[in-house]
Amino acid sequence: MLELIVISTLNGVLFGMLLFLLSSGLTVIFSMMGVLNFAHASFYMLGAFFGYQLTRWIGFWPALVIAPLLVGAVGMAVERYGLRNTHKHGHVAELLLTFGLAFAIEEIVSMIWGRSPVDYRVPALLDFPAFTVFSTNYPAYKIFMLVVSAAIFVGLLIVLKRTRVGLVVQAALTHPAMVGHLGHNVGRVFMLVFGVGSALAGLAGVIAGPSLVTQSDMAGLLGPILFVVIVFGGLGSLPGAFIASLLIGLIQTFAVALDGSLASAFGPLDPGLGPSPLTDVWNVTIAQIAPILPYVLLVLILIVRPMGLLGTRET
Amino acid sequence: MINAATTTPDMLKARSGGAARFYAIWLIAAIGLVVLPLVFSSGGSLTSFSLIGIAIIFALSYNILLGQTGLLSFGHAVHYGLGGFLAVHMMNAVASHDWPIPLPFIPLFGGIGGLAFAILVGWVMTKRAGTVFAMISLGIGELVASSSLILRSVFGGESGITTDRTALPHMFGWSFGPQIQVTYLIAFWVMISAIAMYALTRTPLGRICNAVRDNPERVEFIGYDPHVVRYLAYGFAGFFAGIAGGLTAINFEIANSAYLGATQSGLVLFAAFIGGTAYFFGPILGAILVTYLQLGLTNITTVWQLYFGLIFIGIVMFAPGGIAGLLMMHRPLVRAGTLRMVIASYLAAAIPTLALALGVILTIETVAHTSAGDSNTIDLFGISFDPLAPVTWAAAAVLLLGGYVVARMTWRRTAEAWDRAATVARDRGYLA
Repeated sequence: MLELIVISTLNGVLFGMLLFLLSSGLTVIFSMMGVLNFAHASFYMLGAFFGYQLTRWIGFWPALVIAPLLVGAVGMAVERYGLRNTHKHGHVAELLLTFGLAFAIEEIVSMIWGRSPVDYRVPALLDFPAFTVFSTNYPAYKIFMLVVSAAIFVGLLIVLKRTRVGLVVQAALTHPAMVGHLGHNVGRVFMLVFGVGSALAGLAGVIAGPSLVTQSDMAGLLGPILFVVIVFGGLGSLPGAFIASLLIGLIQTFAVALDGSLASAFGPLDPGLGPSPLTDVWNVTIAQIAPILPYVLLVLILIVRPMGLLGTRET
Repeated sequence: MINAATTTPDMLKARSGGAARFYAIWLIAAIGLVVLPLVFSSGGSLTSFSLIGIAIIFALSYNILLGQTGLLSFGHAVHYGLGGFLAVHMMNAVASHDWPIPLPFIPLFGGIGGLAFAILVGWVMTKRAGTVFAMISLGIGELVASSSLILRSVFGGESGITTDRTALPHMFGWSFGPQIQVTYLIAFWVMISAIAMYALTRTPLGRICNAVRDNPERVEFIGYDPHVVRYLAYGFAGFFAGIAGGLTAINFEIANSAYLGATQSGLVLFAAFIGGTAYFFGPILGAILVTYLQLGLTNITTVWQLYFGLIFIGIVMFAPGGIAGLLMMHRPLVRAGTLRMVIASYLAAAIPTLALALGVILTIETVAHTSAGDSNTIDLFGISFDPLAPVTWAAAAVLLLGGYVVARMTWRRTAEAWDRAATVARDRGYLA
């Protein structure tokens, strides 16, 4: 039991940090432009596939740097040539543009790399067990993932809170017109933020690819959970996104690890009852309901506290 | 993208005594629904008609939310799917208990299924509009789709629940076994639903929905609660989506969890938006086009969904009013007789635009064939291309770049011609 708790906590924090790499960019882009970027998870997927392809061509370590830059460039192009032109048609059009992009990117990826998982392996340098907890070998690559995402988290915090660039970005979030009057190119700030957000998503893809499955449906699976994270944390709130990421990371990891059901806790129902929704609910294991837990959380928070955990505004 | 649209039919009616014309349109639609299955009576076209009819109801129901009330939903298929499941369970219950409910009434139960779920979740969902509503609808959609795989006794797990439509009491001596009878059943429900949904837009509720879409704050000032209005609209949308789901269940004699999923929600959004959300007939055009493309493209190319996505992106970026919006843009020009001022530049722009489109198609097909390791020739409009030959790639690149550069120039010219024509039309008293 203790072993399960330790391992699941480690994995949960790891998944949470990955979620934060994605949700931080998403939530900053949202508070800046008022656009919820549907294609954000697609940038994560692009990162994983670029990482896979570059690893095959030039090795993992160069790919770790180049793939996020490429994804960032794609993101900036999307902002410059897509969103900026669509802005005049309103937020719904912008949201729909990113929705269409997410759809198209998934199709392009599966057109080029196929629909089955690609063989994206952990680099040989990190392919050893870091330490042994009880009887489980914990892979070094996961520790590496944890270190990278923690480093990015700290770096992001320092850039946003302690540098001039961060100051301009924060000011542009709330007072874009004033920042423009002070002589900053707000359009370029938006483009850069979008690019950095996309690059972070790409980085998450590069490092998560070997550990999770690199497949053309990975964006579709992760995207809705990301939205849950940022709505749960409060739209536009970075600390909220951080807490929500860790929370959802831990909940999902623990739920997958647990095998209990109502039947195992209270004994099986009378078999004479026959199949009914009650028996379905009675026999379902916690691991089986893991995929729906984030959405249950979403509905609950919207009923109890509609602005999210640390959000300040209702919409 | 959604503005002032609903006032134009009134002006039309007032100006040309158009009541007769208005009823004529509906009459022609009804005659079309009766005659088309008789003319094109092959099995394939009857199936297409059935699917298009269902898609029309579904897309119109979606437009109650997006076009009328300004609610962007990413989970509309939930109501469609639940309606389908309730209809299937109802059909099985009717067959096993010998209840005197004939098949044509079954879609009503589908509607009730969609409505019931809308009543259940709608109050929480419609608290806020905008992005938050979009997110919640996505969440609820995922929640229901995932739950449907757990509640196996209700939703039948992966394989779904089957039924037999001929086991129900017959009506007018129709067994509803042959596809043509089902097609007519669907046509009947298309007509009823379309009339009902059009009537809804003319009621005070429909008008206040438009007001909530455009300016919820002012609606509150005049004494309505936007939340209640959105909730009512959501209920109606759920009801008609459920009818579409019930018809699907009758058509395929099965309901499975794919009906509830994100793909279905995405398709209805595509249909409504591509058709145009600002006009009542927009989603009808969109549903016909999207279903037709879906049926047609799957036979021609393996990457048909990519074309869908690209068409959608193109519409969002360049014509957010959809096809209906593009058509209606020309109405004042037709009235004022200045349409010929733009026709020439349209024709000039059409050639490079077509070249560009061909370049895109050729590029996509080449990439798709190459990465699938498929060296068969690409057959594009009767011309064969070898996907591995450099000449194909060169042709694609030339079409793509050349088409783009020339199209950009011609479209700029077209925009200028358009402005001139619209100015003349405005001077003659026809508002553009």
